Amino acid sequence: MAVKLPIYMDNHATTPMDPRVLQAMLPYFTEKFGNAASRNHSFGWAGEEAVETARQQIASLINATPKEIIFTSGATESDNLMLKGVAEMYREKGNHIITQAIEHKAVLDTCKNLEKHGFEVTYLPVQRDGRVDPEDVRKAIRPSTILISIMYANNEIGVINPIAEIGKIAKEHGIFLAVDGVQAVGKIPVDVQKDNIDLLAISGHKIYGPKGVGALYVRRRNPRVQLAAIIDGGGHERGMRSGTLNVTGIVGLGKACEICQQEMPEETKRMLALRKRLKDGLEAKLDETFINGSLEHRLPNNLNMSFAYVEGESLLMGINDVAVSSGSACTSATLEPSYVLKALGVGEDLAHTSIRFGLGRFNTEEEVDYVIDKMVQVVTKLRELSPLYEMAKEGIDISKVKWQIA
Amino acid sequence: MAYSEKVVDHYNNPRNVGSLSKEDPNVGTGLVGAPECGDVMKLQMRINPETQVIEEAKFKTFGCGSAIASSSLATEWVKGKTVEEALAIKNTDIVRELSLPPVKIHCSVLAEDAIKAAIGNWKKKHGVEVPEHEKASH
Repeated sequence: MAVKLPIYMDNHATTPMDPRVLQAMLPYFTEKFGNAASRNHSFGWAGEEAVETARQQIASLINATPKEIIFTSGATESDNLMLKGVAEMYREKGNHIITQAIEHKAVLDTCKNLEKHGFEVTYLPVQRDGRVDPEDVRKAIRPSTILISIMYANNEIGVINPIAEIGKIAKEHGIFLAVDGVQAVGKIPVDVQKDNIDLLAISGHKIYGPKGVGALYVRRRNPRVQLAAIIDGGGHERGMRSGTLNVTGIVGLGKACEICQQEMPEETKRMLALRKRLKDGLEAKLDETFINGSLEHRLPNNLNMSFAYVEGESLLMGINDVAVSSGSACTSATLEPSYVLKALGVGEDLAHTSIRFGLGRFNTEEEVDYVIDKMVQVVTKLRELSPLYEMAKEGIDISKVKWQIA
Repeated sequence: MAYSEKVVDHYNNPRNVGSLSKEDPNVGTGLVGAPECGDVMKLQMRINPETQVIEEAKFKTFGCGSAIASSSLATEWVKGKTVEEALAIKNTDIVRELSLPPVKIHCSVLAEDAIKAAIGNWKKKHGVEVPEHEKASH
């Protein structure tokens, strides 16, 4: 079977919407368009009912109760709300927050903002495999610590943190655990009870749902978490997030969660098989490839690999009918290679050669095979062009060369 | 980011890829950039000591598409030129020819440096002093 080009394999950035999600959403654009807050007519009731169904679907996926789900505009808002909301509400209790170096910018930049407002933030390092050591979390706790914010799985390397262990430590100390669950929820089992998670940020468009909608789980019992709102207005979502509910988007997010929950065992198997095919195929035909971060503790759909001596952006240019992303500096405006790979201790030279493959629900074996062939072809061509590859083949240790830089 | 047609052309069909013998007294080698910066260019020229004409130029580049295109273009431009003429090539000429966006200007600077470094290396082999303004700045 011929593959259809271009191929999308950047599912950590966003996912295509599942057609079943779209079908569920369609009536809510034109027929059932009511405002879920309209309490006195059937249009409003239909909207409210749809929202409550979605709340149930999301809660079920993470083992929460529907009342603990708040809707937002997306995970960036959820991350902002869980950090700023707790910080403001519990300011009198303490001003210290613990997070870690390779969080998403939505968490890191929110923490930076809080630092400007008198909060102290500890940014824990990660281990060589990309995971946070729970003992580091324990050691960082102070009497003034009010919040620990650690992502479930990383968006670049797909590495999964020991959240249950961190949750246990947080609970022992009576500190809230906030988790950015964007990449993990819907892909691997996330259980807010088992993991002792107090706040959990969820995105719609990373799980085959629509963009512009997200959710925040806020624990109501044992302990109850209170949040100061960051958006004021009509007092929707029990005062925690004002603004007319995006009913259509919420219906989509709910449906997306329901599908993820139903299909997770099957989908996980399929993703693992596709990733194995991709990894084995690349490694069989190319030498000096390196996997960034733990392979064992990794989302089933992620492969982040460095191809030594070949710069990432030039690689992307060569495989322009395949959508993947690179940790190379040249793909970003900052000219800095990925801060995630740097935090892992990946040398900057190798960080520039990394490619992130994000497999998804709609990728096929044929697509994986096409990507392998294309990658092998382009990496081989670019290595012929690479002075570093030539030097390495001559036996020169590139790390010991004195480079002429300004 | 969209690439200009000329960048794409040089990337797809790089000119003068390869290596010359570093030991050859008539070959000047310039190696500029650093792997941790994401760009390394190696530019080599075979220069006729009598006429000072660059008779052959080869490059290898580790870097983005614009870095590859800048060095590929540099080899095209220096071939047939005298050392003096080659030293007159400015990074801004490369920027203009390849329509490089502002974030890619460093690629052209590196290519200019590579030309200077290669000629400097050749001059050194021939006992010619390299004036300060001809030295690679990066």
